[in-house]
Amino acid sequence: MSEFFAMGGYAAFVWSSYGLAAIVLWLNWYLPRRTHQQVLSQLKRRHSKQSNLDRNK
Amino acid sequence: MFLWFHKFASPPHFYRIAGKWIPWLTALLLLLLVTGLYGGLVLAPPDYQQGDSYRIIFIHVPAAWMSLFIYVAMAFCGIVVIVWRMKLAEVVLICSAPIGASFTFLALATGSIWGKPMWGTWWVWDARLTSELILLFLYLGVIGLHNAIEDKRIAARAVAILAIVGVINVPIIHYSVEWWNSLHQGPTVTKFDKPSIHWSMLIPLLLMALAFQVYYVLALFQSCRGELLKRERNSKWVAELNGGDDV
Repeated sequence: MSEFFAMGGYAAFVWSSYGLAAIVLWLNWYLPRRTHQQVLSQLKRRHSKQSNLDRNK
Repeated sequence: MFLWFHKFASPPHFYRIAGKWIPWLTALLLLLLVTGLYGGLVLAPPDYQQGDSYRIIFIHVPAAWMSLFIYVAMAFCGIVVIVWRMKLAEVVLICSAPIGASFTFLALATGSIWGKPMWGTWWVWDARLTSELILLFLYLGVIGLHNAIEDKRIAARAVAILAIVGVINVPIIHYSVEWWNSLHQGPTVTKFDKPSIHWSMLIPLLLMALAFQVYYVLALFQSCRGELLKRERNSKWVAELNGGDDV
């Protein structure tokens, strides 16, 4: 197992590449997801405000 | 066919379909990643010249392929934006740019990390590396130009032109290792005769390439859904979406 992580002496190069890829790909997945959810909750708030106004008319 | 495409490309329809696809794409992505990484990191033998350092290839090459693929996809969207003014193409074009920039950055960074132990240097100003760096600037240019123009419909047409003009860089990158002397090795997979790479390394490489391709579609769908919702917040279909629980 430790031999696997040592990567024949190239551990720093191999694992930093894979780590970097993991971070960048995760960010590209997470940030748009968060934006989407923010827009959704904004719309929800607006919608409920609107229906409250309609009710009080 | 055209009717079907027209329906698919309408924002509410795309929004709904993309939402349905996301869980399936995620499952497929995880499956491809697990098999690709297992094949590449565990099953594939060390390279006879480069030892284990060559395993960076399973990130580097698929990322570099995606950096070119996404740019061509953006240029294609650019043509659709200019000719048909299709809203969905505008959104796909602009949402692709950060993903493409990320893959370009990954190709450059992992190439640099690979170059240090193998070439003895992080960076050389040769044709392949420089043209790929220009690709990164093109992506950043698209993002910057889009952010700089307030009216998003006008911004979309401006970035469409930039994307179409910039596509000239793609063949330059691809053939750079043949046209100029380079430290970078020549193509090992996309040759017309048999690829000069053993199948035990080729299969995980192709699996990772497929995984990145699926990842692109997944990340694109997710980001397009957010962008569509933002742009169309005053339209009827978004209001209806909020009326029901189907969001």
